[in-house]
Amino acid sequence: MADAICRVLRDGALEGEHATSLTINDSIHSPFGPIVFDYIFTQLSSFISSAKSQSRGIVLVKFSSSPSFTVELLKARGFDIATSHEWLRVLDCYSDPLGWKERLKDRGAIKSPLTEASPNVSICKDVRNLNDLFSMVLALGKELVGDGKNRFSVAIDSLSEMIRHTSLSSVACLLSNLRSHAQVSSIFWLLHSDLHDMKAAAAFEYMSSMVANVKPPTTENTDNFSLLEQNYKRGHFHASLKRRNGRVRVMREEFSIDNSLIKFTSVAAGENAVAQTLVPKVQFNLQLSDKEKSDRAKVVLPFEHQETGKSVQIYDGRKPGTHELEVEKSKKHEDSGRGEIIYFRDSDDEMPDSDEDPDDDLDI
Amino acid sequence: MNRPTTLLDDALSFDDGESNSRRPQNGRVVLVEDCVETSGAFVLHHLIKRFLSPNVSSSDSIVLFVAFAQPFSHYDRILRKMGCNLAAQRENKRLLFFDMLMLECPDDDVEGGLIALFGNIQKAVEVNSSNKNITIVIDDISLLEVATNGSTKDVLNFMRYCHTLTTQFGCTIIIVLHEDIYSSGDGFTFPLQLEYLADIIIKTEPLITGLAADVHGQLTVLNKGTLDGFRSSKGKIHNFHYKIKENSVDYFYPGSRS
Repeated sequence: MADAICRVLRDGALEGEHATSLTINDSIHSPFGPIVFDYIFTQLSSFISSAKSQSRGIVLVKFSSSPSFTVELLKARGFDIATSHEWLRVLDCYSDPLGWKERLKDRGAIKSPLTEASPNVSICKDVRNLNDLFSMVLALGKELVGDGKNRFSVAIDSLSEMIRHTSLSSVACLLSNLRSHAQVSSIFWLLHSDLHDMKAAAAFEYMSSMVANVKPPTTENTDNFSLLEQNYKRGHFHASLKRRNGRVRVMREEFSIDNSLIKFTSVAAGENAVAQTLVPKVQFNLQLSDKEKSDRAKVVLPFEHQETGKSVQIYDGRKPGTHELEVEKSKKHEDSGRGEIIYFRDSDDEMPDSDEDPDDDLDI
Repeated sequence: MNRPTTLLDDALSFDDGESNSRRPQNGRVVLVEDCVETSGAFVLHHLIKRFLSPNVSSSDSIVLFVAFAQPFSHYDRILRKMGCNLAAQRENKRLLFFDMLMLECPDDDVEGGLIALFGNIQKAVEVNSSNKNITIVIDDISLLEVATNGSTKDVLNFMRYCHTLTTQFGCTIIIVLHEDIYSSGDGFTFPLQLEYLADIIIKTEPLITGLAADVHGQLTVLNKGTLDGFRSSKGKIHNFHYKIKENSVDYFYPGSRS
């Protein structure tokens, strides 16, 4: 389903419509928003770099980590860094968001350069001015795709930082401007929803055509430490896709973090996997094959009513005269190939329910 | 390494992070959250001693101590009891002590004051950054907030800038935060912001079950691991009790002591 979201972002916007947009919400109890963000970013990047998507390039606005992190991430995911300048621009709002370092450098207090120079990266030195930020994003996008009809994607990590520096309304204005720009194909952003009011999350959800919520696997109180630890390995991924006609498709998935890779599994499949792993690993076979299962289902159990309308005569020791009938019946059943349980009492001397202790003769 | 490790050291697992590779590791942000009943100062002392102790694998690690809470003599006395001579470390430049007790940002230019402070820190880091692990200790962030006349926004900006030092120079940052002075629920998100920023959160709390003579409180160490998507390190939570003794601290799992 996460892949469904990536596909929608890949397909981009229709002519005369807003760009498709995705909000990723997370909270401190399940802080996997950045990982989901990176996952979607790399998926979309691979579509873009292989020219399978509507957009021809992606502009990444980075508030929460340095551009070198993005380079490492792309390297780790097998992208060719040398050619990445053809489709990737990073707007670095992390290294010097308020221009402090520049001021200190002008005064001679500090010396080292902000980051290693790279053709992909440009630094934003005043994130409080969102108008400039907007035009920088556009300029970077146009660098990638030119002025024509080609489109590009925008990724913002994270809005929470942006809101902290400015205000909700100005961030909303920026997003809405980006979304309605003719050259933007798709846009997605990350929001730490517990840092803001409900209204902030709601405002961004209205502006997005898809919402993905990253939630902890358990919503119960988090005093239990083993449960709490689970929150840092697994989680739920709830996504809703808004159609143009107003219909909303809601999907749920589970994800697990394995070896720092995120894996999505549909909920049903996840439950099945749990059931299978419950069987302990032993040397002998505890599971039945399909044939064994169907054979087992065919066995007629010695109940009087077999739900076939007829009652089955079972020799119960009360009528010694019916022995022949029983044998006849067993013959009949041999032809039918069905399994059944045939029970002959050893002797008719004794009533089945006698009070006598059956183990009386044992010498213990 | 034969150094006896405590549960706290295990929980922090700094070692495996350092021995992994030679390429510059991104530093981590450690947040020590405490409350009035259980002060987190002992965690801070433990960490300082650890980073200054001579048998840390990288012997040339430097601690940059930005102190808002106590004067140097206070830390010196405590650490001396624990077997670590701060004055000597200061002599041989392994401890850089920034006495910020008197810091007061001017009312009209809070940001300017913080820029100057950050400039001093980065300057010190730049001078010492060659092949050395630098640990920046801020004790404590609440008093920094007081010094800035309660402007949490500027403090957060300052912390963000400090965070850039972790990626640029591989510094480790240790912050002390008094969590209980921030009432939760009214949308006040300062501690939460710092929790997002931190990689390791160490929380000291009194026992849920009440006071006990043999246990002074419980520690919860939440190691988010490196959740950065390509380095494998799993998030872990450790929970154990502690008892502060005259010059050391005992850490033990709940129920393992009568």
